[in-house]
Amino acid sequence: MARIEIDGQSYDVQDGDNLLSSCLSLGLDLPYFCWHPAMGSAGACRQCAIIQYKDAEDQRGRLVMACMTPVKEAMRISIDAEQARQFRSDNIELLMTNHPHDCPVCEEGGECHLQDMTVMTGHTFRRYRGRKRTHNNQNLGPFINHEMNRCIACYRCVRFYDEYAGGKDLQVLGMHNNVYFGRFEDGALENEFSGNLVEVCPTGVFTDKTFSARYTRKWDLQTAPSICIHCSLGCNTAPGERYGELRRIINRYHGEINGYFLCDRGRFGYGFVNSQKRIVMPGIKGQTETTAEIAENHFRNLLKYAKSVIGIGSPRASLEANFALRSLVGEANFFLGLEDAEHTLLNAIVEILFNGGIRSPSLRETEQADAVLIMGEDVTHSAPRLALSLRQAVRNASFDMAHKMHIPLWQDAAIRQLGPIRSPLFIASICSTRLDDVATGTYQGSPDDIARFGFAIAHCLDESAAEPVDLSEDEKSLARSIAKALKQAQRPLIVSGTSCLSVAVIQAAYNVAKALPAQDKQLTFTLPECNSLGLAIMNGRPLQQAFDSINDGLADTVVILENDLYRRASHQSVDGFLEKAAHVVVIDNLENQTVGRAELVLPAATFAESEGTLVNNEGRAQRYFPVYPAADPIRGSWQWLTRLENSQWRHHHALTAACASAFPYLAAIVHAAPQTDNIIKGSKIPRQPHRYSGRTAMHANIKVSEPGQPQDMETPFAFSMEGAMAHVQPALLPVIWAPGWNSNQAINKFQQETGGHLRDGDAGARLIKPSGSHLPWFGHIPPAFEPEPGLWRIMSLPHIFGSEELSLQSTPLAERLPDLCVLLNPQDAESLGVDPGDPIEICDPARNFLLKFPVNIEKTLPRGLLGITAGRPEFQPLKFLDQVTLNKANPEQQPNSEAPL
Amino acid sequence: MFSQLRSLWEVLRHTFIKHDTVEYPEQKPALFPRYRGRIILTRDPDGEERCVACNLCAVACPVDCIALQKTEDEHGRWYPEFFRINFSRCIMCGFCEEACPTNAIQLTPDFEMCEYDRQNMVYEKQHLLIDGTGKYHDYNFYRVAGMTIGNKAKGQAENEYPPVNVKTLLP
Repeated sequence: MARIEIDGQSYDVQDGDNLLSSCLSLGLDLPYFCWHPAMGSAGACRQCAIIQYKDAEDQRGRLVMACMTPVKEAMRISIDAEQARQFRSDNIELLMTNHPHDCPVCEEGGECHLQDMTVMTGHTFRRYRGRKRTHNNQNLGPFINHEMNRCIACYRCVRFYDEYAGGKDLQVLGMHNNVYFGRFEDGALENEFSGNLVEVCPTGVFTDKTFSARYTRKWDLQTAPSICIHCSLGCNTAPGERYGELRRIINRYHGEINGYFLCDRGRFGYGFVNSQKRIVMPGIKGQTETTAEIAENHFRNLLKYAKSVIGIGSPRASLEANFALRSLVGEANFFLGLEDAEHTLLNAIVEILFNGGIRSPSLRETEQADAVLIMGEDVTHSAPRLALSLRQAVRNASFDMAHKMHIPLWQDAAIRQLGPIRSPLFIASICSTRLDDVATGTYQGSPDDIARFGFAIAHCLDESAAEPVDLSEDEKSLARSIAKALKQAQRPLIVSGTSCLSVAVIQAAYNVAKALPAQDKQLTFTLPECNSLGLAIMNGRPLQQAFDSINDGLADTVVILENDLYRRASHQSVDGFLEKAAHVVVIDNLENQTVGRAELVLPAATFAESEGTLVNNEGRAQRYFPVYPAADPIRGSWQWLTRLENSQWRHHHALTAACASAFPYLAAIVHAAPQTDNIIKGSKIPRQPHRYSGRTAMHANIKVSEPGQPQDMETPFAFSMEGAMAHVQPALLPVIWAPGWNSNQAINKFQQETGGHLRDGDAGARLIKPSGSHLPWFGHIPPAFEPEPGLWRIMSLPHIFGSEELSLQSTPLAERLPDLCVLLNPQDAESLGVDPGDPIEICDPARNFLLKFPVNIEKTLPRGLLGITAGRPEFQPLKFLDQVTLNKANPEQQPNSEAPL
Repeated sequence: MFSQLRSLWEVLRHTFIKHDTVEYPEQKPALFPRYRGRIILTRDPDGEERCVACNLCAVACPVDCIALQKTEDEHGRWYPEFFRINFSRCIMCGFCEEACPTNAIQLTPDFEMCEYDRQNMVYEKQHLLIDGTGKYHDYNFYRVAGMTIGNKAKGQAENEYPPVNVKTLLP
């Protein structure tokens, strides 16, 4: 700590920090543009000028940029000095000379950092009467709008996109006062984190195209704290609604998880909520008109007269909904709805996380790792936000070097000039990954080979770990060098996951982690869906047993909760199962194949319209809250399941409490959302900002008498602009806003220190305390994968835009889907005589035709493997690890014309 | 006693003084152009809708009686998809007109808006939009703004240089 004097007042600030960050941490208003807490200082905008005095006697002082000046003990500075104010005001006047007269037609308006800073410095009248510089815009794809005229050249976009996120296609072009931030030519921004430009850019150069299409000002959006449901990381989001439609998703700061950034799937994948495929009415097969009451009665009767009812849960439904189903059908009749291999895999992961004695880190902790080994994952595609964190972890070596050279960590450009000093990152994966560009070493192999490779590393670290036989010399020496690097690390991190669908890979990852000598070692797994871990903790039975119990006649009625079984198991088995079941009830929010086969369909609310608790891959339980009330007769899944007369739970918190007491591992979920005790009694937290407009006109076309505000009986929030905001914990704030700070940068006012944790704590409750007892070594080492002539194994490779079920229904993502093709090793392609783009016939080993797709050559894919995009409906007949035969197809025919879809 | 007499005198005196009020509706008073009555949406001098759906009128409205939704034409020009004023709530304060950055929304001297059915007080865009420019004849927001629209490319607005060629090597 250092004691400094600002405008005559004494403050204690963090030693080694810069003055701008310190002033903001103290809650003082100091305008800035180019500095960003996650990206450090650039000194490009000259906006944060202050006066620094030489000593206690100095009356004159000198002008310095706060973001480039380190804090020193007994420093005297002034923010309010006349010269500093004048400088800042003049600076913004200059920045604004070329700024277009666009605010009314700019998507940033109302949450614009440039607007805020302009008002803050008092520049209210334009004196410049000259001509303005203009730029042509580019088409940057389906996510981002480009309006270069509005640029103030703060360089935040390229610093984020190129340096922080590792993008290659956004550059600075031009020179002097003409600098241009864009691509070399029009085209979609390739990086998976491009959406963050919307929030990083302090002006309206980069704006959200999906939001612009159905635009609403920030002050008109109804918002509630929410959790991203598109992968297992549980990033915090702030979805906004207007006129009963979900309009956008922005980042909601969480000090431990996502920080300031989201991935593009999380930001732009929300379209399914407004999709045409939404189930908006209950449906009973054979009846045309159905109301909620009729459907509810039908459901009740089915349960009453059924011989036996089984329930199939879902990893994309909340803990509460799954628990309500489990209670409805009974523990013995509850099935997790996971295909057997995934079920086994998740059970193995739960066992390791809870009893393995190794900490599963949050994303912030992964950023601290000084050596990383990824086993079997392309994290950019399976858990995208984690890839961004690992990209920062690689920089830890340069931070250490900077520390030795007395360069403060916020001196971003100086640290980057130290050169490519990287902490070791090793990636063992099926084929090349998006993180390879920062990796120290990579290894490609089949899942079995990856597992063997992992076991080998573990053995190098600790002799007592099992050793695989018959490894090649190359593999051995790479394993030795990885083991050496991991051994030297203070905070090594092992990342693995479910992408390989291999228990051996998980076990190998655990062996490596267990063998590590470091005290602060960490082990994390990426999981397939947002509540995979929560569901696995619930300990139900696998899907195949559900099929068996219907096929064996043990039960005749099945209730399926938010689960498209056709994505889980083979077509024939699901067909047979649904055929055999006398009554099928499906609760879901989107039309899918399973819904099409149901006797009774109950329309379920999405994450944006209901509440629930999810457990992320770290083992952190977090609660999401409805952003807007579900349109009648849509209800939350848990409500459909608890509205029946015999249910003892009328309210969500009671259900959560019951769920917590039913499972010891889930006991902490009642603390998933911050306590609401300190909220003023009787008043709720308003979801609508205090300047929400149109209240007396938005429904006037239907009826001029205003309806009462919808009541929310389940959460501490109100569907209204009335309520108490004064003592709300920042983690519960629906809208981040502070007087004078309308943009998302107002988050400074709610953090303990800039870029740190939220005041009064981040959201969520960690369920996993790493217990001291280690599991024994895993010793079941699979044999090496040998390609069989004429046979290929299917490898389902996750893709950020192509693999997740719900975001696939989001229109903007459709433009970014990966090409519909299969990947082959170049030698395999040569042996088959196919060139890139040639169609290929995929048949089962009995030579029955399955599918036909064009081929793409992937140099890094091992021989004998056939890569497909995981989770894409077009590839549904192909299952992971299936063996297929390949034939060169006749190129005259249209590819895919015979596909049975 | 004196004050009562004075009051009687004052009342009598007013019998011979010119009336301040008029016999409405038989007699219609002359209202100034800036009188704050029924709200209209105007067009720019080129005949296009002036409203750019910026939502500033709605947020300025103290009774929240304006609701609208932005949409775009194929060239990127913003306009309201719907624009609704609930006149049964409107207090004719004129804040919306003051907030409007494009002179689109204007108050007129017409105040005769009585209805038997309150629902008829809800005006949609087709009821609000007129064919003229209203009180402000010359202003065209898009001539000043930097956004590209159908008949105006970058660099063609008032006081703009032509777009920079960022790939040139010349200083």
